[in-house]
Amino acid sequence: MTATGSSTLPGLLPDLEVIRKDFPILSRRLADDRPLVYLDSANTSQKPQCVIDAMVDHLERHNANVARAMHQLGAESSEAFEAARDKVAAFLNAPSRDEVIFTKNASEALNLVANTLAWARGPLEVAEGDRVVITQMEHHSNIVPWQLLTQRTGADLRWFGLTDDGQLDLSDIDELITERTKVVSLTWVSNMLGTINPVAEIARRAHEVGAIVVVDASQAAPQLPVDVQASGADVVVFTGHKVTGPTGIGVLWGKRELLDQLPPFLGGGEMIETVTMERSTYAGIPHKFEAGTPPIVEAVGLGAAVDYLGAIGLDNIHRHEQAITGYLLEGLATVPGVTVLGPLDPTLRGGAVSFEVDGVHPHDVSQLLDSFGIAVRAGHHCAKPAHKRFGVQSSTRASSYLYTTPAEVDAFVEGIIATQKYFKVA
Amino acid sequence: MSVDLDSLYQEIILDHYRNPHHAGLRDPFESEVHHVNPTCGDEITLRVHLDGEPGHETVSDVSYDAEGCSISQAAASVMADLVIGQQVDEALRKHQAFLELMQSRGTIEPDEEVLEDGIAFAGVSKFPARVKCALLGWMAFKDATSTILAGTASTTTPEENR
Ligand SMILES: Cc1ncc(COP(=O)(O)O)c(C=O)c1O
Repeated sequence: MTATGSSTLPGLLPDLEVIRKDFPILSRRLADDRPLVYLDSANTSQKPQCVIDAMVDHLERHNANVARAMHQLGAESSEAFEAARDKVAAFLNAPSRDEVIFTKNASEALNLVANTLAWARGPLEVAEGDRVVITQMEHHSNIVPWQLLTQRTGADLRWFGLTDDGQLDLSDIDELITERTKVVSLTWVSNMLGTINPVAEIARRAHEVGAIVVVDASQAAPQLPVDVQASGADVVVFTGHKVTGPTGIGVLWGKRELLDQLPPFLGGGEMIETVTMERSTYAGIPHKFEAGTPPIVEAVGLGAAVDYLGAIGLDNIHRHEQAITGYLLEGLATVPGVTVLGPLDPTLRGGAVSFEVDGVHPHDVSQLLDSFGIAVRAGHHCAKPAHKRFGVQSSTRASSYLYTTPAEVDAFVEGIIATQKYFKVA
Repeated sequence: MSVDLDSLYQEIILDHYRNPHHAGLRDPFESEVHHVNPTCGDEITLRVHLDGEPGHETVSDVSYDAEGCSISQAAASVMADLVIGQQVDEALRKHQAFLELMQSRGTIEPDEEVLEDGIAFAGVSKFPARVKCALLGWMAFKDATSTILAGTASTTTPEENR
């Protein structure tokens, strides 16, 4: 396969072939010697050599527990772990490194917020009669924790609906965001529809009534510059494995005033100041929310990942994603029987494109594409309510990233046409 | 086109997918169940009607409303063909044979006497991600039948989760 189209598409990363060489997996041949066309990056991204090397180097040379080992390796490991926190703080433009909490993934970060808001006493407490507002395009990870919170406390769960073209329907914002609203939690970029939401505008409205704004940046952090200060949010979460980092690590950024007031989430080692048999006092942030041995190697890998993305530049990555996504949408538009779910304007969306193929179930689409070496996702992508909104049970999703080439998009579109032929629907 | 793919999508499977047998929900029935494949969202609502003396029941009807991929739809269709009119014991024996075939990762030679068109699914067992699809309808049948035999059947549509 040649990336001939790459020179003709404005906005592509200029060193695309060099970038691809950073990702060893992209040179893999699959069964029957097919080259891999990886279009499942919204599910998890591939990892560059520098991330792999940073983790291997840590394990080979610096491995020790953090904070509690009084020896040289312990100091090196602690330093590497805390350096990763600095890198993530810079990546997010966080005002303070202490506001960066390492979690297991985005899901744990969202559960941390939802649980501690239920346990809080005083003005932050979410209690009976209070309201939590989410949206119909959330990943299950930003729905279920809020259902649990509202069910346990007797608070009321409400949500923004969606317009037919896959945007948030903000027409009832005044009814949803009221004096009773304590939390507004929404995704920055939808993992199903690709929609980019007006986070700052919603945050401004939520703050007028004193609500806390939680933003799920799991799909935004990989492909947009995420500046937590400009976002207007009180809490921003993302997951390491989608930003070219490893699995097993996520990030919660929160404003200090808020995190200081929230009670601990998990109890254990490292999150305490002092412990007696009767009671304990807690460490300050970030350690208050990091009970037990943290994902040390994973943090080191994540630090290398955000450095890698930073060196390429999130603005450049965003332009690349828009160029590739526009090209992919154009390609799909040429295939009769294919319907894209979500905005059709590439400037309004991220790089995840969900679609239906008339007469062929998404499972069968992805099976056929897999037989050509093309990896996509089929199913509800952990966004069942959003699928239901569009009257579909499931969809196929192609999601690009900084290493995706126009030639891969061509192969994908040809694969869809071949799929239709195989199932005799075209 | 890879050989494996054609072993997955046997012509018989695609025929059942395009023209599913016994589809649609019918009366009478003693049990109705709703099963989903949580990873992909495939769903089936399935009813079972048994006749006959306790201990010697016959599967008089299996009716269903399914939404899913070719493999899950075709498997439900073949399953209904295979179990309708059978003694319950025999129907459950077919369930067991199909389950073993699906879990075999391509190592079992299926018995055509027992599974008839169901042998077309032998290739599915080599695709671990699709085994759950093929089993969705069969598991629903087993569940519905067992609840009738245990006297715990529900005849109201379970809480919908669509
Ligand atoms: C928008 C969004 N939120 C949350 C998540 C959950 O991430 P994780 O499974 O790593 O916790 C994902 C990805 O799966 C996602 O796309």
